Amino acid sequence: MVRLPYLTALTTLLSYGILFVFGQLRDLFRKFLDSSKSNDLQGYAPICLGLEDFYTRRLYLRIQDCFGRPISSAPDAWFDVVERYSNDNNKTLQRTEKTSKCLNLGAYNYLGFAAADEYCTPRVIQTLKEYSVSTCSVRVDGGTTKLHNELEELVARFVGKPAAILFGMGYVTNSAIIPALVSKGSLIISDSLNHNSIVNGARGSGATVRVFQHNSPSHLEDLLREQIAHGQPRTHRPWKKIVVIIEGIYSMEGELCNLPEIIAVCKKYKVYTYLDEAHSIGAVGKTGKGVCELLGVDPTDIDIMMGTFTKSFGSCGGYIAASKEIIQHLKQTCPAHLYATSMSPPAVQQVISALQVILGEDGTNRGAKKLAQIRENSNFFRSELQKMGFEVLGDNDSPVMPIMLYNPAKIPAFSRECLNQNVAVVTVAFPATPLLLARARICISAAHTREDLIKGLEVISKVGDLVGIKYFPVEPLKPQKVIELKKIE
Amino acid sequence: MASAMVNVTASVLDWVSLAFDAPTKAVVFGVPIDGHLVVEVLLVVVILFQLTRKSYKPPKKPLTEKEIDELCDEWVPEPLTPQITEDMTDEAPTLESAAGPHAIVNGKEVLNFASANYLGLIGNEKITDSCVGALEKYGVGSCGPRGFYGTIDVHLDCEQKIAKFLGTPDSILYSYGISTIFSVIPAFCKKGDIIVADEGVHWAVQNGLYLSRSTVAYFKHNDMKSLENKLEEVTRRSKHPEKIRRYIVVESIYQNSGQIAPLDEIVRLKEKYRFRIILDESHSFGVLGNSGRGLAEQCGVPIEKIDIITAGMGNALATDGGFCTGSVRVVDHQRLSSAGYVFSASLPPYLASAAIAAVDHLEENPSILANLRANIATLFNELSDVPGLVVASHLLSPLVFLKLKKSTGSDKADMHLLQSIAKRVLEEDSVLIVATKRSSLDKCPLPIGLRFFVSASHSESDLLKAATSLKRVAALVLS
Repeated sequence: MVRLPYLTALTTLLSYGILFVFGQLRDLFRKFLDSSKSNDLQGYAPICLGLEDFYTRRLYLRIQDCFGRPISSAPDAWFDVVERYSNDNNKTLQRTEKTSKCLNLGAYNYLGFAAADEYCTPRVIQTLKEYSVSTCSVRVDGGTTKLHNELEELVARFVGKPAAILFGMGYVTNSAIIPALVSKGSLIISDSLNHNSIVNGARGSGATVRVFQHNSPSHLEDLLREQIAHGQPRTHRPWKKIVVIIEGIYSMEGELCNLPEIIAVCKKYKVYTYLDEAHSIGAVGKTGKGVCELLGVDPTDIDIMMGTFTKSFGSCGGYIAASKEIIQHLKQTCPAHLYATSMSPPAVQQVISALQVILGEDGTNRGAKKLAQIRENSNFFRSELQKMGFEVLGDNDSPVMPIMLYNPAKIPAFSRECLNQNVAVVTVAFPATPLLLARARICISAAHTREDLIKGLEVISKVGDLVGIKYFPVEPLKPQKVIELKKIE
Repeated sequence: MASAMVNVTASVLDWVSLAFDAPTKAVVFGVPIDGHLVVEVLLVVVILFQLTRKSYKPPKKPLTEKEIDELCDEWVPEPLTPQITEDMTDEAPTLESAAGPHAIVNGKEVLNFASANYLGLIGNEKITDSCVGALEKYGVGSCGPRGFYGTIDVHLDCEQKIAKFLGTPDSILYSYGISTIFSVIPAFCKKGDIIVADEGVHWAVQNGLYLSRSTVAYFKHNDMKSLENKLEEVTRRSKHPEKIRRYIVVESIYQNSGQIAPLDEIVRLKEKYRFRIILDESHSFGVLGNSGRGLAEQCGVPIEKIDIITAGMGNALATDGGFCTGSVRVVDHQRLSSAGYVFSASLPPYLASAAIAAVDHLEENPSILANLRANIATLFNELSDVPGLVVASHLLSPLVFLKLKKSTGSDKADMHLLQSIAKRVLEEDSVLIVATKRSSLDKCPLPIGLRFFVSASHSESDLLKAATSLKRVAALVLS
């Protein structure tokens, strides 16, 4: 939960107000200067009118160098960040040839499969030579290979569901599946902090969408009772079906969802559940099977489980795991299965190999070691940050930890200072988060060693003092010392 | 009691009649106060009294907890998916080798006409080598969106290469073929804008049009007269044309019919009515034009006249992902407002390096385009006299589309017929062709048919074998 101090809220609003006023002044000058220039797009409406891209032009461009930093090596625990410079006050950025080796605290590399791996990479190269880069065909035509079938069975077994279906991109999985399952006359209830792909999928399906308060089963229950009792808007016919969409780990908060209670509410009211495990599959749980394992929920209680391979398995693509009938239906109707190029065979092989390592089927216990490592790393890092006085969000065991910054000026200050000291962090501002709640997001990986984490903590602590984001300072240590003296006597 | 009441009433009545008949008692501001003024004042008082009372509304009775409980218990949801019927259990053919012109499907070697491998780049040595180098250096995935350390130098190199190849200022890479067009359209078109689109566009374009919430008008498939009429109608109806953004959305080679859009006509109309063009070149990039630069080169239209070009790289370039190109303003705008770019992990680096190698190969060997053109012409001629089927695609399109001469009347029966032809051709003659499959979410009104994807690496004998096989099976099934 975010505890926003009153003074911080005031100063943040003031900063945004000043930036807004300056932006408007510059726009005014721009209007005067531009009215003399002619435009060869006469008669065409401009791509962005008025204030539509005000935020981009006047606020985002000032700190553009904190985002989109190119790298020139694999996104492992340490990587090479390419240096960039700007000649026109951050409007455009040019690459240089120089790179600097930085600690990677921002990439989604939970189990450390991002770089070349000793078990996975030789098999991937073998598959590349055998099946070539792409099948150039959709799954239903000539794009299904033996590997796709093998991976679907493996994923279904791993997650604990009867069958699964693969897609080449996680974003498309959500946007193309939800319209295939619900349509006009149905109701979708989604968590208020759901990802953009789910919002797009829900909007594209034509069903009515309602939002419930983040992670609150009581509000969900109230909303369900009201909606079922009143039926469809205006006609009051009963709803055809109701689907509740939640995520395993919310990437901007680092929180786990309140799964057992939400599932209990859904079962009581006979609604279907859809769980998006993009960040949690492979990263949490004793054997990496996601939030269901961590929170003790039986996978058969959830109707549809979705996940992506980008984060924990170091590949690309997404999957849906559900009962055999649902998967069969999706294979016939889902547009992403019928019209999109099938997943690239080397990427499929990477996921198969990664799953084999995690399940221990490659003959070693590297998988178990990785899972224990990431849990240890996350808990250590989080507790240390909290001890230093930062405001860290998220639950224990979750590898994502946002550190609150709030003030818009602190975003570039934190990001640039950390980069100067060779630590690469990710800072997130509006519109991905609410306006006042800008944050820096740390993603821990199993590839980080204890020394890496300690170095990262040192740098973050130093920069945190400089920038002034230790909102909850540590208590002084005096009372403890007295107690220790007493014991010796 | 009664007499008292009578007395009171009588005295009141006397007083009232006195008030009425009394002569003028007072003069206020030169206006004599008469008896009728009393009535008027009383009337006003009564009106004010009525106005201040609450109007009658039937009392609201919200549902009690018990009633809500009962409704919740009674409600029965539909099953999440409909029952699976017999004809929905067809399995796709399983490939056991690379999808080149000769592939191994279900254990035996077949002629592969189901992969859009137009330039024959599957299995190319140089591309494989560059991919192996990229895999060893970068691993498989890129582990992050473009804004958060997911931008790898191969992405930037690939964007510059494609922009230089096409002659545009800049380009932007997407991580999946179909997500390109349905992210680009909502990034530019918002509620209140006007879009005129061809009715035969494929599902991804339709989804993009729906998500943009703009007003969409469809014109008849590839019919320029119908396009002109629609543009005229739409321009006349809009009130402030200079404030509304207007777009024409077309594909260069339509997936659903194989027709090619007449770009010079469309550009002429666009300049007349002041619309912008969004062109989807998934099947024509690397195929049409003297050097493979797409439809603009084919029709002799300068590339600056087309505002937005998108393409999926899963066809001629034999890799995955997509790109969008245009002026600097167009490309920069997408870096922050295109959903499929901002909220999704970036393209795996080995696919980007495969794209760079593919474009290099095309630039160095323009003769493969001549091979491809010769193959298309051969197949087009051979398939012009198949019994029961007619070729519906353009003679330059590498996607040869055959539809039924006489439809049976129902889509399902047509589909059944075409699929049985495809199955027999595969089982009896080992030629892999496909019948188009439509999702129930697809609103395209064009007829379904059989598709041949011609590749530059097919040999003449392959094409002849495929044509004779189809003629034989079609004669058997459709007679």
